[in-house]
Amino acid sequence: MPGRGSDFARRALLWGAVLLGGMSVAPASAQAPAGARACSGCHAPAAAAMPVPSLEGRPVESIVADMRAFRSGERPATVMDRIAKGFSDEETRAIAEWLAGKDHAAPQP
Amino acid sequence: MPSPNGSQGKIMPRLSRRNLLHGLAAGSAAAALGAPNVFGQAQPNLVIIGGGFAGASCARAIRHEDPAIRVTLVEPSVQYTACPFSNEVIAGLRDLTAQQFGYDGLRRAGIEVVHQAAAGVEPAARRVRLLDGTELTYDRLVVAPGVDLRFDAIPGYSETVVEAMPHAWKAGNQTLLLRRQLEAMDDGGVVVIASPANPFRCPPGPYERASLIAHYLKTRKPRSKLIILDAKDQFSKQRLFEAAWQELYPGLIEWVSLSFGGRVSEIEPTTKTLVTEFGRQKADVANVIPPQRAGAVAAVAGVADQTGWCPIDPVTFESRLQPGIHVIGDAAIGGAMPKSAFAANGQAKACAAALVSLLRGRPPAEPKLINTCYSLVAPDYGISIAGVYRPKDGLLAEVEGAGGTSPLDASTSVRAAEAAYADSWFRTITGEVFA
Repeated sequence: MPGRGSDFARRALLWGAVLLGGMSVAPASAQAPAGARACSGCHAPAAAAMPVPSLEGRPVESIVADMRAFRSGERPATVMDRIAKGFSDEETRAIAEWLAGKDHAAPQP
Repeated sequence: MPSPNGSQGKIMPRLSRRNLLHGLAAGSAAAALGAPNVFGQAQPNLVIIGGGFAGASCARAIRHEDPAIRVTLVEPSVQYTACPFSNEVIAGLRDLTAQQFGYDGLRRAGIEVVHQAAAGVEPAARRVRLLDGTELTYDRLVVAPGVDLRFDAIPGYSETVVEAMPHAWKAGNQTLLLRRQLEAMDDGGVVVIASPANPFRCPPGPYERASLIAHYLKTRKPRSKLIILDAKDQFSKQRLFEAAWQELYPGLIEWVSLSFGGRVSEIEPTTKTLVTEFGRQKADVANVIPPQRAGAVAAVAGVADQTGWCPIDPVTFESRLQPGIHVIGDAAIGGAMPKSAFAANGQAKACAAALVSLLRGRPPAEPKLINTCYSLVAPDYGISIAGVYRPKDGLLAEVEGAGGTSPLDASTSVRAAEAAYADSWFRTITGEVFA
């Protein structure tokens, strides 16, 4: 079948590029700690300017401290007090670090 | 960030559906010819059936986590009509267009969207057959069909009855039909909502609907009455709803529980009469929310059990009945998580992470999931229920000490804040999934 071979070679090249590209992306995001992906259900990127504050660019220590204050009831909340009680300090820190790393990894415009 | 089109160009050089299918065929031909196995690992094929909050979220999350995975989303509708906030449409507080989303955002993210219905699934061959006869092969399949309404569940009820007595439990024309019926009803009319037994889509939904219809009646047709005939003795956020009804709509809403004869045992559509064990209730507007089961394709794929729902592994969302097929969203049953858009989105992201691990040969990590469901009792009065979930003993179990409902004694400013957060959540989640 004419053209089949070159088409096949092109496809192979493309897939090779994809394989390399995929390898550079997959491992970093695959390490998202338990629960980390849930945050974005309510917390939008900063650019969206929603009433629910964005977590983009938030220092790790500030997220950990806020979650601790939500958990103890020290900081009043509507729903975060109930959610924070489902996460330990260690889990919160891992999530905060992942969120922070995600921001740094995001390409700058 | 490279332009989405650019990255799509690398992976799938501007494939039309026909080309994609051709490409898939070429792929299997290559495998038969003994092409290096690495190709299969370089670009695994994931097919997702269902483009609602679960399926569309999963497609987006996969592409986000590993752009090298080829994702095909099978969804017959060219436009998605979201259920959350559709009760506001019924009450005349919102346009249906605010509920509607297209799939161009998914295409821009490199997802191949095929507007076809899935007609068959062959798990052994890892193949999905579409209604037009074309076939898609997959390495893993995600089934996210939402719910189907059980038209056979109540004597007298049927697919044609929904024109006279709308369910409005799948947003769209049914939502508008119920709204028009309320608008056409005379002041002093009786609205009846029939609410099903658990499990069903959106546990607080019937009561939010009752609240917002009551708001409409109070402001427009104050001599009217709303009756909820319930097949349950308890419902989600019950104390909050009942307290709010007493405060905002005194005497307007009557809730009839299962024990007091609330279960509808028969329907007489010509007279809009709902028959219960204890009596007959004639309605001017009747909103029958029937019992439900997983969307039909779940049975086609062999992932639904005798209950009509789909048991899953709580870590990977892989079906307990069919290896290689994962079920997320309303169709799945796997413990304590309610059937909500928030839960569907969260499950989709957790399932996507597990799928990437499985397709890349890594062990999937245990997820932790969150659910937050807001309900509006009035436009500026929101209440919520939240929960945190983790795999335990083969199910998704609630993390003890976390979650719960809004406080009963919250101030009006807290209720207003929760109404604003509800709106913010909807805009955020639909942005994440469809924009």
